[in-house]
Amino acid sequence: MSADDGRTLALPASAKDHAQGPAAARVTLVEYGDYECPYCGNAYSIVKQLQAEMGKELRFIFRNFPLRQAHEHAQHTAIAAELVGAKSEKDFWAMHDTLYENQRALDDDDLARYAKTLGVTSAELAAAYEGGPAAARVRADFRSGVRSGVNGTPTFFVNGERYDDKWTDVPTFVAALRAAATAHA
Amino acid sequence: MTTNAKKARELLAVGTQAPEFTLHSTPDQQVSLSDFKGTPVVLVFYPADWSPVCGDQVALYNEMLDEFAEANAQLIGISVDGVWCHLAFAKNGNLHFPLLADFEPKGDVSKQYGAFHDELGESSRALFVLDAAGVIRWTHLSPDGVNPGAAGILKALDALTPEQRDSASAGKAS
Repeated sequence: MSADDGRTLALPASAKDHAQGPAAARVTLVEYGDYECPYCGNAYSIVKQLQAEMGKELRFIFRNFPLRQAHEHAQHTAIAAELVGAKSEKDFWAMHDTLYENQRALDDDDLARYAKTLGVTSAELAAAYEGGPAAARVRADFRSGVRSGVNGTPTFFVNGERYDDKWTDVPTFVAALRAAATAHA
Repeated sequence: MTTNAKKARELLAVGTQAPEFTLHSTPDQQVSLSDFKGTPVVLVFYPADWSPVCGDQVALYNEMLDEFAEANAQLIGISVDGVWCHLAFAKNGNLHFPLLADFEPKGDVSKQYGAFHDELGESSRALFVLDAAGVIRWTHLSPDGVNPGAAGILKALDALTPEQRDSASAGKAS
């Protein structure tokens, strides 16, 4: 697979990413997702299963790919998660999980409520929606996704290559991750 | 899935002057390719409004209008759907770029570009990047059901020379 085929991660995984699992894991799974996208909501539980299956073999990275015109809360949810994440990586994942576990309650009031429990005020949120580092990061994620061949949400990359099989099929997905781990070893 | 290439035509080749066309974008508005002379154009032929893959593909491009604007490029969607269908589809998806109806004679423009699937009677899922002078600089034909994404388009736009990208250098009197 060459870098020219339009399905290779254009921005390699790095310490700047939000990651769960060891940095030295043999498999890195990158998801480009949208917090309001129902398919991503489904993928959220799939990823948890993959993590349970793979344990320390897997590093999971989440990047934003908000479809702003399709989902009215996509942009603000992504910014809210990044704003929380700028203070604490642990809280980023707490926010991430809260958003995916409450996909029917993602308006600005809901976000303010979730963020407050993680030490971010509604005033800080409101300012971040207007622009700043969190919004810039969301946009940068989107752009790197487009360059990498993200063609919808969610899109996954396994060790840098787009995963085009059915991601809802957990056994097949696990097998692909294990194969990537072996190839990497 | 049957062999999709069987009844598909050959896309017009890179280096070819893109054929002029005029199609309806709404019941009372027409769009011509020459309207965009002086800027690069991304032509997106797709099989049908509403089908899930097209929805994703079109939704993706709709999110990327800033990126296309940075490249000074105009995005245009073309399918054999009629204008009323396009209107409803654009409204539903909050789309902010023109969708043209290659409706009568059916698929005429798609056929000129080699982007028509005779067996299905629909446009193929074909992408063209035209430079500011209307010359085809990049093409891509996706298999049925595969969303091609946008990485290739952006790369093709990146590869345009300043002359190919810039309206002033292309000699447009504006």
